[in-house]
Parts: sequence; structure tokens; C-alpha cells
Amino acid sequence: MVDKITVGYTHLSGCTGCTVALADNYGGLLTLLDRYVDLKYMPTLADVRHIQKVDVSFVEGSVCINDKLAVQEIKETREKSAVVVALGGCACYGNITRFSRGGQQNQPQHEAYLPIGDIIKVDVYIPGCAPSPQMIRNVAVMAYLLLKGTKEQKDLATKYLTPLMMAAQRGTTACFCDLMTEVINQGLCMGCGSCASACPVRAITHEYGKPQGERDLCIKCGACYNQCPRSWFSFEVVENYEAINEAIMAALQ
Amino acid sequence: MGTELGKYKLCVSARSTNKKLLKHSQDGGIVTHLLAFALDEGIIDGAIVAATKEFAKANPSKIMRDNSNFDFPEPWRPIPAIVTTKADLLAAAGTKYNLSPNVSMIKEATRSFGLDKVGIVGTPCQMQAVRKGQLYPIGLRDVGASIALAVGIFCMENFPYQSILQLVEDHAAMKMESVKKMEIGKGKFWVYGKRGQVVQLPLKVTHKYEQPGCHVCLDYVANLADISTGSVGSPDGWSTVFVRSKIGDSVWAKAIAAGAFETQPIEKVKPGLELVTKLANEKITKNKATLEERKTFGVGKALRNPYI
Repeated sequence: MVDKITVGYTHLSGCTGCTVALADNYGGLLTLLDRYVDLKYMPTLADVRHIQKVDVSFVEGSVCINDKLAVQEIKETREKSAVVVALGGCACYGNITRFSRGGQQNQPQHEAYLPIGDIIKVDVYIPGCAPSPQMIRNVAVMAYLLLKGTKEQKDLATKYLTPLMMAAQRGTTACFCDLMTEVINQGLCMGCGSCASACPVRAITHEYGKPQGERDLCIKCGACYNQCPRSWFSFEVVENYEAINEAIMAALQ
Repeated sequence: MGTELGKYKLCVSARSTNKKLLKHSQDGGIVTHLLAFALDEGIIDGAIVAATKEFAKANPSKIMRDNSNFDFPEPWRPIPAIVTTKADLLAAAGTKYNLSPNVSMIKEATRSFGLDKVGIVGTPCQMQAVRKGQLYPIGLRDVGASIALAVGIFCMENFPYQSILQLVEDHAAMKMESVKKMEIGKGKFWVYGKRGQVVQLPLKVTHKYEQPGCHVCLDYVANLADISTGSVGSPDGWSTVFVRSKIGDSVWAKAIAAGAFETQPIEKVKPGLELVTKLANEKITKNKATLEERKTFGVGKALRNPYI
């Protein structure tokens, strides 16, 4: 128990898809909870529902700024956590909640939603709608290694998490348009197809090898942008893909 | 530099032992025979390859139909397809020299096409995409562990379809549909016609048509593939093969044991690794310079560097 990291899970305006993705690690989740993670609070999977002091907080969903409780919870999450991880498209970029303009029952006045990075400082992003179970698993293992590992493991975890920390610093919008402005317009796209495969709503096809976004379908989750090898790419990490994959699998054996 | 060829466990010059296959293949038939072998052995149950118009027309269920290919693509425009048989592989063999976004199928292969063990062929940048996708599977749920074999091809640069159109029809004065094979080798871009005519263009002509995204690429020999291959370094009709990962090692050993390939030590062939190393360094040096230029591209404004 001593060696575990303490983790909390704050659930704001999100659909619980990120929670399901976490749970979809099946046995891997149980191993995580057995060995590495002391889950201090989580509305869905734990009995404790109030925010506690923890090492790492995962936040699902965006913040409705018309909802006092949501605003208070995200602030309290920041104050009580050493590391805040925005989990999923809504927490990172607003995602589908960007399209909200209120009027829904039973709180029609709840109309303004912001990604958590517009309210608090966020340390790490896990984009995706929903983020894949394996992505959540990888970050959870790396967070553990960062806080409790040997020096080498800390170095590895730092390298692995750096791009996700940079994503958090970069800002609170990412959608297909970012592929246009930050990749294609910058002369960096080479037509690999990653964006189309990452898109959860099949909004991206390829015209003559280059991404074509159906912008009316785009839900602004940021998966395409972050999956793109020309948005960010760390040779130090990816060149060691075999060893890192093996280390993660070994940690979960 | 020392790292220009990436990590590898083994490097040989090789060619397929299947003579019929060699008639369809670009060089030594490595990609086609390796995938055929992996299919036969159940190492993969399908592969994502760059297929052609003819293939797409005959096999509409093996591609993803969307607005970009609804009328079926033009001759020599590649289209990513899922192949599950040797016949499919032969129909898709050969290099197309323009963009085929094969990674766009990597999730769909495990969904609509129901593959558990996916093979993929791609350029060095596409291998980077695959590995980034395994380590950071942001939108690739359950895909990473399904990638059973990633075969990389050497790549100096790639072309948009319209560039190939311009090179073939304007510079080489040939019709796209009459082209039998295209090839870059011996410092020239070669276009072979179906009636036997051959046109060669100096690479100087082709350079301006390259896609810009290739000019920041720092990988020539698909360092992140399980097995990577290309003609450079080996005699005509043979290919240079790097076996890189544990998966690659295991598949290659099985393929050799089954007699799929004949090999020669790379040290014994001409021009050998020396040329591969030289070209790799040329590419990396040139593109590192491009990355440097991008830092001071504007007045007090840089172009973005994708590498962390």
C-alpha cells in the first residue's frame, strides 16, 4: 500500500465514456488497483465521492460555468492534486460540449461549458473521444513510474509524458482545423492516414492522399490532431517502442 | 552518423523464390512474399496494402468507399485496401510512387474487416505513425496489440498523385494507363510503358514535384518497421532487407526456414550497405537542414517543428 500512488477521479460534464474506457482495461484495471493505484474517490467506481487530497486527479468532462458545484469541484480538484490529468476530449478541448447552447432539461440555464484548462492549470492531456483504454493504461503506469519508480523509470516516464504535458500547455482547442493550420498549412503533412483512423466520427477521408475533413461532422475532440505523427513526435520515446510496450505489459502481468 | 540505418538484428540481400511473384513485384518481391507467407502461416489474417484502381474495381468490399474514391481512382492512384489472399497480394504488388494513406485503415481493419492480426505495409513515416499509435493510442482503441507485422519500405520522398501525373504525362509524354511500371533507381526516374517503351527522367526534374511533408522526414530505411526493405544496396532484382524487431526476427526466421527467400550476405553484394548508408545520410542531412531553415523562415517567425 505504501508504494501506491493516490488517485482521484472528478466527473464533470462528460458522458461517462471515459470512465467506461478506463474500466475496459478489465484485468489490467484490477492489476492497476491492486499494485499501483489507491483510488481515493470516483463517482462511478468508488464509494467515496468527495474530492480528496491525491497525487493524481483524472478529470472527465468539461466545466459548466453556470453550475456552482462544477466550478467548485474543478477548483478543489486543482487545489488538492499534485498532478491534474484532463481525461478525454471534453476535459481537454470541450469536445461535443462546445456545441452546447443551453436549453436542455432539467437545467436549461446550463449553457456555457469550458474545457478544464480554461479554469485551472492542467498538467497532462489524454485526448480522444473516448480515449482508448490502452492510452489511459499507459499514462497510469507512467504516472506511477514517475512518482514511485527508479531513476531510470522516472526518466522514461518523463519522456513519455512530456508530449502530453506539452499538449496541455498548448491550449484548449483542437479539432480537424488544427490539422489544417498546424500540420498541412505548415507543410508537414505526408499523408499517412493516422487522422482518419483516429477520428471517432469518421469525419476524415483522404483526397489524393491528404486529409479531407467533413467539418460539420467534427466534434472537436482533438484525436486526429494528437494522433498525427507530425503534430508532435518524440524520437526518444517512439524509437524505443518495443522496450516501452514490454515494460508496460510486464507492469500489468 | 551511425544511427542512419536504425536498429536492426540482421541485414541481407534477398529475393523471393517464387518466380511468378517476381514478375509482379517491384524488386525482390520481399513485401509481397513476406505478407503471403504471413497469411499462409496465420501470422496475420489480412494486410493493409496500397492497391490499384483495377483491384478496387474488382474488390469493392476490400476498400473503404467514400467520397474520395466513389468513382474509383485513376490509373496509378493507390488506394489503401485490405487483402486476405495471395491473389489479392499479387494484384496489389509494386510501388506506386504516390500517396497511399495506409494508416487510415488501421482501425477499420480491426472493425469493419474483422481482423485480429493486421499486417501493414508503409513508408518510414507511416511506420512512425504506427508506432506512435501503439504507444499513444489516442483514437486507436484495441488497435496496437492487433498489429502483427509492419513492413516498411525505404523511401527518399513521395509524390502527390498530380505530381506523378505531371511527370508521366507532361515530362515523359506517356499516358498513365499505358504505364507498366515506375521506378526510381540509378539516379533516374524510370517510366516503363506496356508496349515496351522506356522513358527516363533525371531526378533533378522530379525534385520540385515532391510533397513538402517529406522534406522534414529523418528516416530513410523505415527504422521503426518490423522488417524493412528496398532496392537500394542490392543488385537488380534483389532487395536489401533489415530485420529489426522481435516480431520481425521471428517472422523472417520462419520465412527463411520455409524457403520463401534466397539470400546473400549484404557484405558480398554490390553496391551494398555503403550506398544505403550514403543515401540515408544524404536524406537526413538535407532534411535536418530544412528543419533548421524552418526555425528562421520568417522575420522573427518560425515554422513549426513537429519533433520533440
